[in-house]
Amino acid sequence: MTTAPAGTVRQVMSFRLRDRVRHWLDSEPVLAYLFMSPGWLILLLFMSYPFFLGIWISLTDRTVGLPSGEFVGLRNYTELFRDRTFHLTVINTFIYGFVTVPFKLFLGLLLALLLNQAFPMRNVLRAALLLPWIVPTALSSLAWLMLYDAVLSPFSWLLKNWGLIESNIAFLGTRTNAIISLCIANIWRGTPFFAVAILAGLQAVPQELHEAAAIEGANRVQRFFAVTLPVIKGIVVITTLFSIIWTFADFQLVYVLTKGGPANSTHIFGTYAWQIGIGGAGKLGIGAAISLYMFPVLAVLSAILLRYVRSQEA
Amino acid sequence: MAQVIYDHVTKRFDGVIAVNDLTLEVKDGEFLVLVGPSGCGKTTALRCLAGLEEVSSGDIIIGDRVVTHIPPKDRDIAMVFQNYALYPHMTVYENMAFGLKLRKMPKQEIDRRVKEVAEMLGIQDLLNRKPRQLSGGQRQRVALGRAIVREPQVFLMDEPLSNLDAKLRVQTRGELIKLQRRLGVTTIYVTHDQVEAMTMGHRIAVMNQGVLQQLDTPENLYDHPANLFVATFIGSPAMNIFPARVVTGEGAVRLVAGDVTLESPAEQRGRLAEYANREVLVGIRPEDLIVQPGQVGEDRHLRLPVEIVEPLGSETLVHLRGPVGTLIAKADPHVHFSPGELASVRVKIEHLHAFDPQTELALF
Repeated sequence: MTTAPAGTVRQVMSFRLRDRVRHWLDSEPVLAYLFMSPGWLILLLFMSYPFFLGIWISLTDRTVGLPSGEFVGLRNYTELFRDRTFHLTVINTFIYGFVTVPFKLFLGLLLALLLNQAFPMRNVLRAALLLPWIVPTALSSLAWLMLYDAVLSPFSWLLKNWGLIESNIAFLGTRTNAIISLCIANIWRGTPFFAVAILAGLQAVPQELHEAAAIEGANRVQRFFAVTLPVIKGIVVITTLFSIIWTFADFQLVYVLTKGGPANSTHIFGTYAWQIGIGGAGKLGIGAAISLYMFPVLAVLSAILLRYVRSQEA
Repeated sequence: MAQVIYDHVTKRFDGVIAVNDLTLEVKDGEFLVLVGPSGCGKTTALRCLAGLEEVSSGDIIIGDRVVTHIPPKDRDIAMVFQNYALYPHMTVYENMAFGLKLRKMPKQEIDRRVKEVAEMLGIQDLLNRKPRQLSGGQRQRVALGRAIVREPQVFLMDEPLSNLDAKLRVQTRGELIKLQRRLGVTTIYVTHDQVEAMTMGHRIAVMNQGVLQQLDTPENLYDHPANLFVATFIGSPAMNIFPARVVTGEGAVRLVAGDVTLESPAEQRGRLAEYANREVLVGIRPEDLIVQPGQVGEDRHLRLPVEIVEPLGSETLVHLRGPVGTLIAKADPHVHFSPGELASVRVKIEHLHAFDPQTELALF
């Protein structure tokens, strides 16, 4: 016989196809890419596309309401050099991002060390500690708005009652006051993250190491530096970098508390970009350029973070 | 170097008594092993001595100093932990030098001591490595070295060999014995392993449920256990124990268990006669049952059916269906036994043990 019935041929082919697919799926690299594809898709759709669109928009004079704008090259970026508010924005963002972090780190470490001690109701307190972190920032910021209110502020009320001040403090009324107030609210919100992360690290410190060091003659402080700190160092570095990145890219707290005021003096990148791009002027191109100025700083910080994580894995 | 005294030491944890009225004297230069099943209080006793646990009552004396309320660092002791507790971010050298640095010892002296001890332990080539780059055996040596460089009055060791594999454990055991005899430092060694206890200690303190059961040399512990617990805890396989009734008459004292009758050892007749017509617990070690296959031997030998045969190479364990329960006997590995067959068993009467069934204390 030299010819086979057509049905058999079709069957053989379909078998071959199925075999081939099965073989293909058995290959580890293929499977790996297959499993990663949903993640990649989400990244492409919601991260990469907006990012590259943002870059494109920053190179045009596009405004809200108009379908598209003209290509203007780097004009948006260079124009910002002459913008006094933008200068303030850069300074504010660096103050906001870098000044708050040491406080958060120190307070978080202190809290973690306290909560690592044995005492009654410890677990309740540990859970309560997380509250500032769990509560949506928009909501907690409203509470801070009330605390900082020019007329109703309980802080002012207390200080007046104790006779320490004569009249209410304008917490959000001047640039200096407003920035300090913003930083305090940010420290309040960010400290639990440090505390919880460091607490987790502290619990990974073997008790035996402390006991060995105690027998060898180390007091509490010496044990902290010789035993505790080296073990939690990695967590501290990673937490710090994350915190700088998040604070740098913050929006909600500043938007709710000051909206960049008074007189546009407390903007950070996020809020100023929103105001120029969407809120007031609707100049999408310049708004995009402002937020893209964040990119180099965040890229450098992220690179340091990734390198550090990798060096720890090795 | 110093003696160590536990003077009526009790340690309670939330109502649980971990160590109960422990009184114990460790001589200067002695290697004392604290042994017992897990939860017996041996580790707690050691930690009380180290100062890692506050005693509830009683006193601890090191040398001629009462150290009961003195912090660990001022007790002049060094401890080797089960998991070694090496500082992970420090090199071997730094691990060993840490305690000396804290004592503000001059750098040259630290260097001299660390290198000397490292050489003694054969770890001089590892001084620049981190603990995670070492094998289990090497880590164990570093932990030991860290204790030795301090030149303390007392070494405390909490199951230091239990994380090593079987072969290395035997080897390290020998090295540790030699090292202790050479340094002559008073050593208190905690283990749950009775072989370690028997081979390493000058004397052994057996503990159970927080109470010291017996403190004696390995030989005495084995030959003259003070009570039923020590008798069954020390020795592998454990001592055979079965109840028997004491029958007196016709000038003889006999032990009757089921259909088996054993003569009392001559010198123990008086002691046993006190229990006439009552039950005692009889103990016999597996090596004191002489077994032969088949129905050979004299009439007074027992004839017991073989249940299981466990050839271990150096010896064979024969499980016999005894008058009350199973008896295990150690037999010559070259003699063949078959399950189901009868074996002839001679009991070395002179090595019999007997225990009061209520107090579980040894009669002999």
